[in-house]
Amino acid sequence: MAKSKTPLLDELEKGKWPSFVKDIKQAAQKSPMAEDLLQQLELSYKDKIGHWKHGGIVGVKGYGSGVIGRYSDRPDLFPNVQAFHTLRVNHPTGWFYKTDALRKLCDVWDKHGSGLTNMHGSTGDAILLGTKTEHLQPCFDDLSAAGFDLGGSGSALRTPSACVGPGRCEWACIDSLDVCYNLTMEFQDKIHRPMFPYKFKIKVSACPNDCVASIARSDFSIIGTWKGKILINPAEVTIYAGSDLDIQKEVCDLCPTKCMEWDGKTLKIHDGDCNRCMHCINLMPKALRPGKEKGATILVGGKAPIVQGALLSWVVVPFMKLEPPYAELKDLIERIQDWWDENGKSRERLGELIKRVGMRVFLKAVGLPAVPQMVKAPRSNPYVFFWPEEIQKEVK
Amino acid sequence: MPQIELAGKIYEVDEDGFLQELDKWNEEFAQAYAKTEDIEGPLTEEHWKIINYLRDYFKQFGIAPMVRKVCKDNGVDMKKLYELFPTGPAKGGCKLAGLSKPTGCV
Ligand code: HEM
Ligand code: SF4
Ligand code: SF4
Repeated sequence: MAKSKTPLLDELEKGKWPSFVKDIKQAAQKSPMAEDLLQQLELSYKDKIGHWKHGGIVGVKGYGSGVIGRYSDRPDLFPNVQAFHTLRVNHPTGWFYKTDALRKLCDVWDKHGSGLTNMHGSTGDAILLGTKTEHLQPCFDDLSAAGFDLGGSGSALRTPSACVGPGRCEWACIDSLDVCYNLTMEFQDKIHRPMFPYKFKIKVSACPNDCVASIARSDFSIIGTWKGKILINPAEVTIYAGSDLDIQKEVCDLCPTKCMEWDGKTLKIHDGDCNRCMHCINLMPKALRPGKEKGATILVGGKAPIVQGALLSWVVVPFMKLEPPYAELKDLIERIQDWWDENGKSRERLGELIKRVGMRVFLKAVGLPAVPQMVKAPRSNPYVFFWPEEIQKEVK
Repeated sequence: MPQIELAGKIYEVDEDGFLQELDKWNEEFAQAYAKTEDIEGPLTEEHWKIINYLRDYFKQFGIAPMVRKVCKDNGVDMKKLYELFPTGPAKGGCKLAGLSKPTGCV
């Protein structure tokens, strides 16, 4: 038997986790691109550096985003990955597929690409990994015919994504699937034709558990919540009390605001002090439910470290009712994007612009009132600016 | 380095077709190249306005302008920009204007 050409990668076929090496090898049986990808990757393992060239600008007609161009820096060794572009395909909201939709996607990709995919990219898109420039437009045309459109890339609105929400989850306070789909359709132009200073991401979680990590991975985070009382089912509480769950120790004592009382029989929640952290509901899902008046908290500014440091989104609207057609939400998004687009420097994320000019300027520009929920603590330094018009002239 | 022949002359370009030697740019280059960016027929006055603007900005600042700036300074909107350059201001416009390739997280 011939000696393996990929001894380093072969190590990764061992072990119990599904091996990407095995999968690429399987794809390589019918795709020369997948075969060369494997060989180039082996070289990268050996050299401990990437073997892709810097950048790449390719695309399809009418769109300025959706395709990420990539070229091998060793086309002499791996001619089949000389060009190895990625297409971002906008995923169905919540990643719910029927098999016939996936089959269509696979048929298009078998015809035009390497057969390799990433299900899914971190932003949410179905990623089609590796095709040549001349295949981009025909591949896009076939995708369109199959009912798929491209997602975002570059300085554009990126593909919005949402948790499964009411599709499968009893904690959903908003229809995250519908909000996400509605915003995606509303802002098609901003997704396909980059017009901003930098990227802008929207993510929708239907409750504070935040299963799409919107607070950490989107410039505009929509997180479901409720007002008023947590709904308690006393009969179910009694059943939990008889189970392994120690309600005092594991639920009440861990409540961050210490707003729960348990006397061994009755569970009381002082809802005025509850910060809707989800802990008690997570532990006693059959007994406790989010309250009846539902909506979402809107947060902005989440981003990765480059340039000014990582940020989690912070609150700008404590509570907003969300019902189709989501006019108030869309209006707020437009106002924020317009202000950012007008004032942002090249490659400055929304969070960084707000850090640079201050919440005071941001809130005034987008017409939001300053409220206590926006801060964890008031400022500790006294360098307070005043709007000139707020200063009363001295009266003699 | 790939080469491309346009209107009888040879130019050095990168894989994406962006001109490598900026001083080799001329109007025939832009005109002959327009076809590959889905622009039919001769470049119009509106095309030249944007192309010249991009070149001037690049000469002055060493980078391509932000899209919003292109729109504002030329009195066009995004829709118009894509009508003029179907492959977009970055891929289409900058390529014909002979600017080096836009980089970053595209
Ligand atoms: C080279 C000499 C000096 C340096 C580098 C210096 C530097 C500083 C700095 C950095 C602060 C804090 C400012 C702030 O946090 O906003 C400060 C505050 C202060 N300095 Fe100086 N200082 C100097 C000389 C003086 C002298 C000579 C006096 C008094 C005669 C003085 C009186 C004060 C006072 C009263 C404060 C407090 C002001 C306030 O908190 O409002 N300093 N100085
Ligand atoms: S974020 Fe909340 S509603 Fe959405 S899936 Fe997670 S737990 Fe359920
Ligand atoms: S949701 Fe959190 S804060 Fe509210 S009562 Fe339950 S544990 Fe306490």
